[in-house]
Amino acid sequence: MTIAPERPARPTNGSLVDQFELGLDAPICLTWELTYACNLECAHCLSSSGRRDPRELTTEQCEAVIDELQRMQVFYVNIGGGEPTIRPDFWHLLEYAVEHQVGVKFSTNGVRITPERARFLASTDYVDVQISLDGATSEVNDYVRGAGSYDMALNALQNLQDAGFLDAKISVVCTRQNIGQLDEFKVLADLFGATLRLTRLRPSGRGADVWDELHPLPEQQRVLYDWLMANGEDVLTGDSFFHLAAFGESLPGLNLCGAGRVVCLIDPVGDVYACPFAIHEQFLAGNLLADGGFQEVWQRSELFTQLRSPQTGGACASCQFYDSCRGGCMAAKFFTGLPLDGPDPECVQGYGETALLAERSIPAPSQDHSKANATRNQPIMLQLLTRPPISDCAESPLAGYEPGAPPGGCCS
Amino acid sequence: MADIEALLGEPWVLSPSVALRPEPFGALAYHFGNRKLTFLKRPELVAVVRALGEQPDVRTALRATGVPEAEHRAYAEALLGLAAADMIRPRGVAA
Repeated sequence: MTIAPERPARPTNGSLVDQFELGLDAPICLTWELTYACNLECAHCLSSSGRRDPRELTTEQCEAVIDELQRMQVFYVNIGGGEPTIRPDFWHLLEYAVEHQVGVKFSTNGVRITPERARFLASTDYVDVQISLDGATSEVNDYVRGAGSYDMALNALQNLQDAGFLDAKISVVCTRQNIGQLDEFKVLADLFGATLRLTRLRPSGRGADVWDELHPLPEQQRVLYDWLMANGEDVLTGDSFFHLAAFGESLPGLNLCGAGRVVCLIDPVGDVYACPFAIHEQFLAGNLLADGGFQEVWQRSELFTQLRSPQTGGACASCQFYDSCRGGCMAAKFFTGLPLDGPDPECVQGYGETALLAERSIPAPSQDHSKANATRNQPIMLQLLTRPPISDCAESPLAGYEPGAPPGGCCS
Repeated sequence: MADIEALLGEPWVLSPSVALRPEPFGALAYHFGNRKLTFLKRPELVAVVRALGEQPDVRTALRATGVPEAEHRAYAEALLGLAAADMIRPRGVAA
């Protein structure tokens, strides 16, 4: 890790957003991915998860991280993965964190939320459960998350409700396929006594491979914005949609990029990245095992210090909406090959579409824990995408089919 | 604005479920019960909130931390905001 020189004194006045841009002594929103192992193979996985990494933090190392978070007064942590609940020590670490004044919100696909675990969760304080669901119907959900994943999520929600667990979260990544289901998601959430949480699809991890097909169309961005303006008070969004603020009014929630300022990510091997959507060496601040602990990385890494220094609007500086959207999401720009000081690829003023047409090169991933061989859980869409066409111009569904020939080609 | 006058004469205290984390701009207050996060945007306000429990009433806490009389009402309004999220509460109310 490169250490930054001492930071200069900061002004004591100014708005909260101004203060956030200069960074905090500890993060507000810390995501900690406990494992790269996962039972599912979602097409858009941010962290390209699938297989456990042999270097993943041990139970003792995880406890030491929690001890440090307690000392830093990080009051709660968002635990994810991979699928965190398939780590054998997950339930132990959950209790350990809560006992050390570090509240836990964990994201899960529901695989281990049995009736018994649901009853345990209902008996705890300071634990929030977030079930991932990317379609209000199995058809839409399983398309990206894999066969059976919708039933798994709803089963988990049912178990939580039956156990008396109050206010679970249903976490939805907004896609072209599910923007039309926002009302249905709300109905589902109400049915399970849950709160809906909407997040933005990022072109990160395997998401880079499917972003062109899944990201909401420009007119859908407007639908989403209008829906959030009407329903936003009852729906969680974190800082997902601040790029939509350029439609006019700011949405409820934090309207700025928190990366390295109020937000960061600890990955399963202890690497600290600027945000959960930026798992790439470009946004790697340091490693908490190699660089003297999390506090040292958070407070002194050169990358985070740079992210907390005043930013210029670059190509966006002359746009009248720059103060609203602040140029959008750094990770979305980076993983679509756009310059970081230009428009967001989904800029609602349309500058992103223009930028995407220009010459750009999409960065190669710096890690990939995807399963080497597809399992039955892999979403069908990837099987279609990975099968090479007979030829570039053979559009006929019967291309390559020869009556009487041995089975093969596209139907094998 | 009777609320403000009344508040100034009352004994208050930081809620037992709330932790204050010092920050360069002031402090971050976290309520472990309702899980609300609030930001105290001035170091002076942090000092007042910490002093509440040690002083007989809010006005004395403001004086003890050096807040000018002219600013008492503004501080009292900020304290009412904190009270609405149960960050501070009248002394004598059980946890």
